[in-house]
Amino acid sequence: MAADGGGVDLGGRRSSRPAFRWRSGVRAGIHVLCLIPLAVLMAAGIAGDLGANPIEAVIRSLGDWALRLLVVALAVTPARRLTGWAGLASYRRMIGLWAFAYAALHFAAYVVLDQFFDWAAIGREIVKHKFITAGMLAFALLLPLAATSTSAMIRRLGGRRWQRLHRLVYVAGPLAAIHYIWMVKADALQPMVYFVLILGLLCYRGVVKSRAGGWMRK
Amino acid sequence: MLIRHAPDIRSSDITPRPVYLSRRQWMIGLGAFALASSAGGAGRAAPSPFGKIAKSAYTLDEKTTSREDATHYNNFYEYGLNKEDPARNAPGLLKPRPWTVSVEGECAKPGVVDLDDFIRTAALEERIYRLRCVEAWSMVIPWVGVPLGTALQRFEPTSKAKYVAFQTLNDPKQMPTESSGFRWPYREGLRMDEAMNPLAFLAVGLYGDVLPAQNGAPIRLVVPWKYGFKSIKSIVAIRFVEQQPTTLWNSFAPEEYGFYANVNPNVDHPRWSQDKERRIGEFLRRPTLMFNGYGEQVAGLYAGMDLKRYY
Repeated sequence: MAADGGGVDLGGRRSSRPAFRWRSGVRAGIHVLCLIPLAVLMAAGIAGDLGANPIEAVIRSLGDWALRLLVVALAVTPARRLTGWAGLASYRRMIGLWAFAYAALHFAAYVVLDQFFDWAAIGREIVKHKFITAGMLAFALLLPLAATSTSAMIRRLGGRRWQRLHRLVYVAGPLAAIHYIWMVKADALQPMVYFVLILGLLCYRGVVKSRAGGWMRK
Repeated sequence: MLIRHAPDIRSSDITPRPVYLSRRQWMIGLGAFALASSAGGAGRAAPSPFGKIAKSAYTLDEKTTSREDATHYNNFYEYGLNKEDPARNAPGLLKPRPWTVSVEGECAKPGVVDLDDFIRTAALEERIYRLRCVEAWSMVIPWVGVPLGTALQRFEPTSKAKYVAFQTLNDPKQMPTESSGFRWPYREGLRMDEAMNPLAFLAVGLYGDVLPAQNGAPIRLVVPWKYGFKSIKSIVAIRFVEQQPTTLWNSFAPEEYGFYANVNPNVDHPRWSQDKERRIGEFLRRPTLMFNGYGEQVAGLYAGMDLKRYY
């Protein structure tokens, strides 16, 4: 996982020592919280508690958590605007990276557990079946975001270019939810909830942006 | 265990070619992603509640799915959309006794008969069949029951009986179906010659025991060459009809679930592939067999038909 520095509040400085300590405490707390679903899943796997189709259970759970954390990451900026708590922004990147981590594990579980490196079959699925296509595309779009998540990369790209690149999440987020909607047989309620949440959070930014006349104004 | 073979099924035809690794072995390799290993096979310590069950020629030399898995991983949407829901919800709600089956339509002797009477036409037998779900997973299940054809013949279907329509119980108190947009009750259908094929089976039990609620108690269809959703559960009505009957999944999404729904590795579901399947309890997917491996018995039913069109 990439090192997370000061979040994307690029102008922000490390504040006084007690506040800094408080922030690292919150950081550690977020890391622990984000690890819990994976730990629970692993424990269930070891205990043999994943039901008759453990591979499906693993893949579904990892995908669910990728979507949930994506929603949380996308909710940070609106929450910051609504509450006026500027410090929230510094946690956004790490939550986004955790969303990516679950997406990557979801992808890895599909390749290893579900298809067992049958690249030909995976290729056919990507071409023929739109829910796989959407999922792969969403994951592919997240890759450059994860790769440029270090503070060094932000400095190298420059804040504006970095932010422009990271708007790929506007495509990846809805695609990830569509991937879920297209997968289910009949129970589309839960995936629709994710889709509406993600779209709603992205639209909120659009509204704020047009009102403010610029993107992410301080 | 002594393995018997149906005279027209050779084990070489049905034994899958690829070598697969057992789940247990993979537990070691996968470490944290270790998968549950459940006690395999059917425990037969307790005497059967059915008394004597006739030995059947319909068997497989494939490992049967663990009873725990077969009774806790079910699609029975009347009891919820998750696989674990039916085992949780059905036993407390469904009252499998007393139970009657109404046989109607194009037949000389229609009637409403008690379940025990309905299945009395033949000796109960055990058949070990593959079950292939349209969702690309599969099981091997030892069913107890009677051939469908034998059970139907006593009602003397007429020459107008071209199809057989089946209907599941329609009682909101016993089946809380309000949770989804389906047109309940569950309905299924077979062409008359399919229904009369010796493979078509009515199950009242599995693993030597009475059929659990979540598996479709007290009586369900088992047509092993078709995707699992054709094998309708908790049947209350059977109707001989002249026209192809409306079926639940077909009316819900006709482009995804055909009336025939024969297991066919060459015709994909629009949203996923059907050429491979995950056998519950195994790690590697195995190739799906044409007609689920029952081609010798049923391929003739579809001679000359375009199975890509009539999926």
